[in-house]
This record gives sequence, C-alpha cells and structure tokens, in this order.
Amino acid sequence: MTAALPALNILVCGIGGQGVMTAAEVLAQTAIDHGFDVKKSEVAGMAQRGGVVTSHVRIGPRVLSPVIAPGTVDVLAAFEVAEALRWCDQVRPGGRVVASSQQLVPPVVSGGLYAYPEDAAGLLRAAGVTVGFQVRVVAAGDIAATLGDRKLINSIMLGALADALPFPADALEAKIVERFQVRKPALAALNRQAFAAGRQACQT
Amino acid sequence: MSILVRAEAGARHLLSGDEAIARAVWEAGTRVSAGYPGTPATEILETLAQYPDLHAQWSVNEKVALEVAIGASMAGARAFCAMKHVGLNVAADPLMTLTLTGVLGGLVIAVADDVGMSSSQNEQDSRYWGRFAHLPVLEPADSAEAYAMTKRAFELSEQFETAVLLRLTTRVCHVKSLVALGSREDRPVPGFTINPARWVMVPANARRRLPLQLERERQMAVYSETCDLNVDAPGTDRRVGFVVSGPAALHLREAFPNAPQLKLGLGYPLPVGRIRALAAEVDRLVVVEETEPLIETELRAAGLAVHGKDILPRIGELTADVIGPPIRRLIGEPEPAALTPPRPTAVQGGLFPRPPTLCAACPHIGVFSTLFAMRRKVVIMGDIGCYTLGAGHPWHALDSCIAMGASMGMALGIDKAGGASDAGKAILAVLGDSTFLHMGLQGLLNIVYNRGNVTTLILDNRTTGMTGGQNHPGTGHDVHGESAPRVDFAQLVEALGVKRDRIKVVDSYDLPLLFRTIRDEIKVPEPSVVITARPCTLIPEFERRTPHQVLEDRCTGCGSCMDLGCPAITVLRRDQRILDGETFDTTFTTIDSRACTGCTMCVSACSHSAIVPLTAAPSLGACS
Repeated sequence: MTAALPALNILVCGIGGQGVMTAAEVLAQTAIDHGFDVKKSEVAGMAQRGGVVTSHVRIGPRVLSPVIAPGTVDVLAAFEVAEALRWCDQVRPGGRVVASSQQLVPPVVSGGLYAYPEDAAGLLRAAGVTVGFQVRVVAAGDIAATLGDRKLINSIMLGALADALPFPADALEAKIVERFQVRKPALAALNRQAFAAGRQACQT
Repeated sequence: MSILVRAEAGARHLLSGDEAIARAVWEAGTRVSAGYPGTPATEILETLAQYPDLHAQWSVNEKVALEVAIGASMAGARAFCAMKHVGLNVAADPLMTLTLTGVLGGLVIAVADDVGMSSSQNEQDSRYWGRFAHLPVLEPADSAEAYAMTKRAFELSEQFETAVLLRLTTRVCHVKSLVALGSREDRPVPGFTINPARWVMVPANARRRLPLQLERERQMAVYSETCDLNVDAPGTDRRVGFVVSGPAALHLREAFPNAPQLKLGLGYPLPVGRIRALAAEVDRLVVVEETEPLIETELRAAGLAVHGKDILPRIGELTADVIGPPIRRLIGEPEPAALTPPRPTAVQGGLFPRPPTLCAACPHIGVFSTLFAMRRKVVIMGDIGCYTLGAGHPWHALDSCIAMGASMGMALGIDKAGGASDAGKAILAVLGDSTFLHMGLQGLLNIVYNRGNVTTLILDNRTTGMTGGQNHPGTGHDVHGESAPRVDFAQLVEALGVKRDRIKVVDSYDLPLLFRTIRDEIKVPEPSVVITARPCTLIPEFERRTPHQVLEDRCTGCGSCMDLGCPAITVLRRDQRILDGETFDTTFTTIDSRACTGCTMCVSACSHSAIVPLTAAPSLGACS
C-alpha cells in the first residue's frame, strides 16, 4: 500500500466548562498508547465563558494538519444536543454522532432573543437519515444525576463513544481510571461506573 | 503539567506548542523568563514557572518583560520572554533599540499571533517586526518544531548576537502533538561587563552599531540559503510549487501531497536563492503565508513571478479547505467530488448563537447592570478583559475597546472634544485591575494632570480573568502563587493625584451602594475613581455561598432579575397581564441552583422579595 492511511477525525463539542477538552485529551492519550500519531486542536480563549468549545482530535499513522476538513468528521461527540445540531454538518456520510440529550440554554435564548429548537434530538436523527450518518442520543445528564455527580458526563460520553474508536473500549476506560487514580482516587470507581453506563446506553 | 516537569529525557509526550516551548526554554539553560498573559501565549510562562532553576515572572506589561530579558542577556544569561501579538506593540520601544545593541546571552522573544482572532482585538502579522527591527524570525508549524526551533533560536541568538523572534500562531500554541524531550543544559552566567559603546545607545554609539546591525542581517540572509531550518519537501507534480511557513505548511501538504514545497522555518531573512531555484523547477510558484503578503512582496521585489494573496485570502487561517479550491483553479484541476453532498442545514433558519458571557456571580455583572440602569446618561469607554463582554447582551454598557489601558485616554478625549450629543452626559472609563496596572496608570495620571472630568471604574477582581486567572501586582501573589507585595489601588490612585474624597471602594455585589456611588461621582466635575472589589468566581479566593431560588408565589413576572444578565437566571414562562385595561408582558424566572453561587445580586434586583436562599423554607404569604 502506497497511500498513507487517512486519519480518524473525531470532533468533540460542547460548552465551556463541560469537560470537552479533558475528554479530547483522554482520547488522544489512549491513541498514543496504542502507537498512533495524534494531533489535538482546540480553540479556547473567550469560549471559556459559556461559549462554544470544540476540540479536533485526529488519529492516524502520521497526522499532518491539526484541523479536520469540513464534512470529514468520522465521529462527532456532542456534550449538548443543540451543539450536536450546530456541528453535525461536519459529519461525513457513514459517520457517527454520539450526543448527550442535555439541553443547556444560553442567556440569549432565555432572554428571548432566539429560540431553542423544539425537538433537537429529532432534528439530529432526521439529519442523520438525510446524510446517512448514525445517531445515538444518550441521556448523559440523567445518568449523571442517577450516579449523583453531574461532572460524570465526561466519563459517560467517553463510554458512549468507546465502541467507535480504533482501540479497545477497555483501554479508554483504563485511561480514565488512571487519570483519576493520579488526581482523585476516590472518584475512580464512580467514573468506571459512569463509563459503563454510557457505553451501555449507546449500545441499546 | 507537573508530570511534564518531571519527564525524563528521551520520553515522548503530547504537548501543546506553548508547553513544548516552555520545556525547550528550560532545557536551553535559560535563567530569566518574563511575560504578560495573553491568549494564545499565556501557557508558555505558566508552564515555565513550574520548572526549577530559572526565574520566571509575570511582568506588569510586555515592555517591562522584554526589558527584564534584555538585562539578563546583558549579564550573559540566556533570557526569554513571551507575549501575544499586541503585546509586542507595547514592547516595540525597547525592541527597536535592542536590535542595535544586540545580545550577549541568547535572547528569544516568543510572539503569538491570533490568526482567526479567537480571542483578540485585531489580527496582526508579527513577522513584520522581523523586517522592521532587522531580526531573524523562526516559524514553527507544530509542537515538535516549536520545541526544536526554540532551542535553535537560542543558538542563533548567540551565534549572530541578536534577539530572535519566535513567531507563533494560535494553531501552534494550542495544538497538541508528540514531542521527544531532552535534558537541561547547565550554562554559567558570566555577569555584566561595563561597555558603554555596546550598551549605551546615545547617538554616537548608536551610529557605530547601525552598520553592524545591517551586516548581521546580510549574514543571516546568507545563512538562510543553506540552513536546515528551511526544508525542501520534494514532489513529482511540477504544475505548482509552494513557498510556505508556519502551520499552513501542514494543511498544504495534506491538500497537495505531491507538489514540491520549500517550508521556511527561518521565515526572515528569506533564502531568495533557494526560492529562485524552486521557481525554475515548477510551472507556477505560490506563496502560502498567514496572514500578510510579506514573503510574496519580497519575492516580487526580487523579480520572481509568484502568486499569493491574489488568489489566497489575507484574513484568517489557511487550512486545507481554504487553500485547495483557489490552487486547483490556478492549475486547472477540477474540484474532487465533494466528500459530502450539499445538504440542508439541520435547523431551519439556523441555530441560536452561543456568545461568551459573564459567569454566574461574576462581580462585573453588578457593574454592568448598574451602568445599564444609567445607560442614557453615560458614555462608557471600555478596555481589554472579561468586562469587554459588558458590550454584549443584555447590558450593552461598554462603548469602545481598542487597547490595553486605552479607556482613560479615550474618555479624556471625549471629555475634551465637548461634542454636542455628549453634553449633559457623564464620561466613564471602565477597566480591570490587571489592565490598570499593565498600562492604565499613565492614562489616569493624564486625566488628573489635564483636569479631565472622567469617572474611572477599576473593576478589581483580584486576577487577570480573561486569560484564565493569572497573578499580577494587585493580587498579592507571584507567578508561582507565592505571597508577594500587593499594591493598594486606593493609595496608588491617590498618589496619582485623585483627591481622597473622590476615591470610593465599593463591593460590586452591593447594587444599591454601587448605583449611588457611581451616580454621585459622575455628578462631581473632576476626576474620580470607583474601585469595585470582589474576587473573580474562578479563583480560589471566591467564596461559594448558598444557592438561591425564586419563590413562584411571590414572583410577579416583572423580569427585573433578568436585566441583571446572570446566566444562572433563566425564563420559566412568558405571559401577559392586564392591569387597569393595559397589557403588560411578564417574564417568570427560575434560578439554576447548580450554577448559582449565592452572590445575592438578584436579591437586591428583586423588589418583591421573591428571591431567597434555597435552604430557607418558603413560607406562603409571609412577607419580610
């Protein structure tokens, strides 16, 4: 084979403070452990203040550009359902969207300047049918509430993604647990549970 | 990041460009590093401060940071400073004479351009400084190059006795990729030697240095022709060849993998001979550079026929999808079949925007909701920081944003212009604590000296907020978080000549007092200063308190709490109410208890006592 294998393009999106950057970091680190080259690109800055946050993660034998070209996203991981709608135009036919059903309403919507789409998940599924990408909507907020900590959304979403990646789901789980064992060992078991719940929600 | 500090030589790590540069600066044996926070360069100094055996500091501004680095270099130490693009404008004065003295210890200046303007007031091309100041410019494309070129920059700096500019862009600073690390060099510092001909740039000495500066530039141009920082990537497709620098080289390689390209790591001085040779090999030569046509203009002046900004945009990033179509048109190649067929957008009429906004309980909310209430009576000159968001929804209470510390100068200008529509209005300047110390003192001193009628609001939130919470001389902590002398803003302002009676320190959560204070100060026809003191919600000093709730039975739907602009307050339902035959819109609200931190600003905004702490049992009908 002469042509280099194309990179796997993962776009992680959400809102400042949701853990988008951390999730992207875990994906990148796990890929490196499996011998892949990785480039991870993010635009933070003002986005930290409740704005839109995206992280491009490109995984392959050798990755050149750190930016995913429009329309070539293989996997879109959206931490908020309207953000899934915002970015689903970037997903290629045959790609996959994993979205949290959570709705986070910004002040411009709650102040009455704009409307939040009535059935965001429905619109997302419709776009999936039109373009030909798979859509999985995960009740990550509810799962997190059941487990008792909304910060778990990150691990739930990584679990939901785990079967769409070029490395075993167990490796991703192990990476999450490893990070917690370094920083907050008390939360390792809970995050393992969150990962499993997210993974299961995506399979059913 | 502490993992990185302990990382051993030979290990490969996933690092951002900023982290890679910090590591390389440390490994190069640098003794002194300085900077002022600015996206996307902030993390360089933040990371560097964690390494041992070198001095790192947040300087009050970029000019001082560069001067600190110059002094260290004069003593023979390797020195480094980092800033965003607009920071180098501030540091331009020492820069333009540093190029005459040259350096002793290697001196590298990292300057980060915000190509695409994700978090900046302009998009300027710092490569101009290389031409303007006759300094070499290195342009890495990713983290591994940023690491290698930083080390190389110190060597070049000492070899040619010149400061070296390391030109970065957001796409270098904030992209993570793999970097193989090395270990720290031990470099003794010889100390300062008195040498007026070298260091005292009075005209007689400067005149003698000027030819040396030009000779150095000539030698660097010769060096550029053979140096391995400029890399030929061969290709079989001769229809087009490229001269490219920075991260655009990676996008370009992905879009046109078979076209020959000369990637300039040393972006200035240009290796014109090598470029001429490439031009002879290909049908057309295209210069791909972010953002201004510098290389292109110089090549045209050298008599080369090149394409550049005639077909490529002069604004923003040159990613593969931006570069592709115009180049394919140039060589007459059809566009490849679309990767995705055109499709309707997922949401009819488009999705709502999600602009950045102030945090729940941000002390600036109190200030801007107060200014909103007196909106028709004030002109509000703004500045650079989180509070620039006061220009947005729902406050619309900030009328200008130009440069760090510019609010007070602009306010005095409006005051002195005496414009017809400004008669009867008060002129305000609004800026933050870090910005005031960066470049604000002179503006306020100038108002006092020139007897201006301006009320200055210094929003002291005890941090450099927008860049993520860095320390400065007003926080009482240094770059390491250790205790440091803390400037007293009220005393400082008094020392600048503001009368003691005209200096007010208020809590920005105390909305009635804040309103009265600003209203009273703008009435007095002389310089006055209102300092609002409350920590940023994102720093450890911030104290979370009991979240609040809206009692539905007391809420009248007046919507006053919405005017505050707190993102934790959202609309429950909108309705209409008829009172004395007139119809009123009503807005019933709720508070997101997960986002609320109990600042109580909304409690004072609500005249119906409908907002109470979450723990207090709602007692029906009982009115306090």
